[in-house]
Amino acid sequence: MTPLTVDGLGVVLGGRPVLRDVSFRVEAGEFVGLIGSNGAGKTTLLRAILGFTAPSRGSAHRGTVGYVPQKILLDPDLPVRARDLVALGLDGNRFGLPLPSAAKRRQVDEMLAAVGASAFADERVGRLSGGQQQRVLIGHALVRRPALLLLDEPLANLDLHSAAGVVALLGRLCREQGIAVLLSAHDMNPLLGVMDRIVYLADGRAAVGTVDEVVRGDVLSALYGHHVDVIRVHGRILVVVAPAEELAEPEQHATLLPPTAR
Amino acid sequence: MTDLLLAPGFFSSGPVRTALLVGGGAAVVSGVVGVFTVIRGQTFAGHALADVSSAGGSLAFLLGVNPMLGFLGMAGIAAAGMEAVGVRRLRGRDLATGVVFGAGLALAALFLYLATTTTSTTGAAITVMFGSMFAIPAATGRLAAVVGLVALAGVAAMYRPLLLASVHEDLAAARGVPVGAAGLMYSLVLALAVALSAITIGAILSTALLVGPSAVALRVTRRPGQAMLVAVLVALAATWLGILLAYDSFVWTPGHGWPVSFFIVTLIMAAYLLAPRRA
Ligand SMILES: Nc1ncnc2c1ncn2[C@@H]1O[C@H](COP(=O)(O)OP(=O)(O)O)[C@@H](O)[C@H]1O
Ligand SMILES: [Mg+2]
Repeated sequence: MTPLTVDGLGVVLGGRPVLRDVSFRVEAGEFVGLIGSNGAGKTTLLRAILGFTAPSRGSAHRGTVGYVPQKILLDPDLPVRARDLVALGLDGNRFGLPLPSAAKRRQVDEMLAAVGASAFADERVGRLSGGQQQRVLIGHALVRRPALLLLDEPLANLDLHSAAGVVALLGRLCREQGIAVLLSAHDMNPLLGVMDRIVYLADGRAAVGTVDEVVRGDVLSALYGHHVDVIRVHGRILVVVAPAEELAEPEQHATLLPPTAR
Repeated sequence: MTDLLLAPGFFSSGPVRTALLVGGGAAVVSGVVGVFTVIRGQTFAGHALADVSSAGGSLAFLLGVNPMLGFLGMAGIAAAGMEAVGVRRLRGRDLATGVVFGAGLALAALFLYLATTTTSTTGAAITVMFGSMFAIPAATGRLAAVVGLVALAGVAAMYRPLLLASVHEDLAAARGVPVGAAGLMYSLVLALAVALSAITIGAILSTALLVGPSAVALRVTRRPGQAMLVAVLVALAATWLGILLAYDSFVWTPGHGWPVSFFIVTLIMAAYLLAPRRA
């Protein structure tokens, strides 16, 4: 079974069509970036794939899934260690009291090591740094070896160094364990080294293909419905969306980075 | 001197034994459930439930039935109602919450007024709101034991799904936890815990027993299972020590003692202030 098949998906929220017609597949061992500016519908798409939101049209079929939600705020006083959260990823849906088991402990330890979280395994999750928390959440999502891993803006709020670490980790897990990864981001640049393909969301529709196929002025102009420039400088890609109306302020587009960013 | 610390007849007194057993049961259940209450950030819901349940306890006094049934009934209805409306949405609506749960207390006031004027039951208000631990009928003790066991069995069965859903609902839903059912289950168990506390330290003070020991536990340990254990121990210690001190207080101030609830809640407060931030 293909880890993820999205077919003609549409979602209406509060009477407004947020997604109109989105289709793509993610194969095993493939790393797909879900790119779009704020409000493009990335979170909406992931929640529809998870089954949290009913589609207004089309469908999403998937295998077993692990999920790292956007902007998780965990209470610093939560009496839950990193290893407890990973263990809940393994059997958090089971009834009855958890009995101590050497096999389970080994599985959790291996997962903590695989995501580079062994050093802070016994800390409260709510007290970890953003990058550390992302690693633990990835461990929570992956510990039962799902076919598909969905991550919603896992790089937001991370400093450049932590973000690079999380991206390298995800790239490695994707290749080594054959997991299909769909990761949303408003900035595609940190992902250019690991993405196999890109799903670019704008105006409720998606352009799908490799970065070179999709991130082009003509393709994105057609997607946005007005003129878009794609500028490549120093190995980075800037998408500059022209103002929608003559007198409007230039849209502050998320992929337009300040020149100081390396 | 020893009479001041352990007044004669403590262990041979029937009412004391009932108080130790029912109070102990309420402490165990409140400690376990309270950790979820604190993790979920729903202290307010616990208090609201208690306010509404006080109307049930008062009605029971008016009708002359077992107050525990009144507390249970109203707390259960309120729990189901809050789940139906959505506790999380209610949380942001201070005004609605205040008005609805103020209405619970208003009903309690009405029933208690009628009870004292028509049936000359003095002390009903004190019993409903602040508890009368040395006056718990033996029959209530048996009912309380059943309620306590049901609550503990419920938590044991749902421990992991409830914990994950309390940490983060979306993580739980993605892991296949029926989040709505887990929330309903939690609210019903909370209703049982509130009803149990209500017949011991009173409806108004039940939140203290629910939340105080758990707040202490979260300071002392970073593991969920241990947190429940610590909360239970703190609640038990405060309850039993409170009962002992209240019993002794009849010796300190001859003719009348001090209320048990005063001692229990003060001890919980002291534990919270003195608890080391160890973990
Ligand atoms: N529950 C909702 N009701 C109405 N509109 C919503 C709801 N949730 C999100 N939206 C709207 O849907 C659009 C897409 O939101 P979202 O999927 O969160 O975008 P992204 O994750 O790409 O930033 C936004 O315009 C947002 O305002
Ligand atoms: Mg989003």
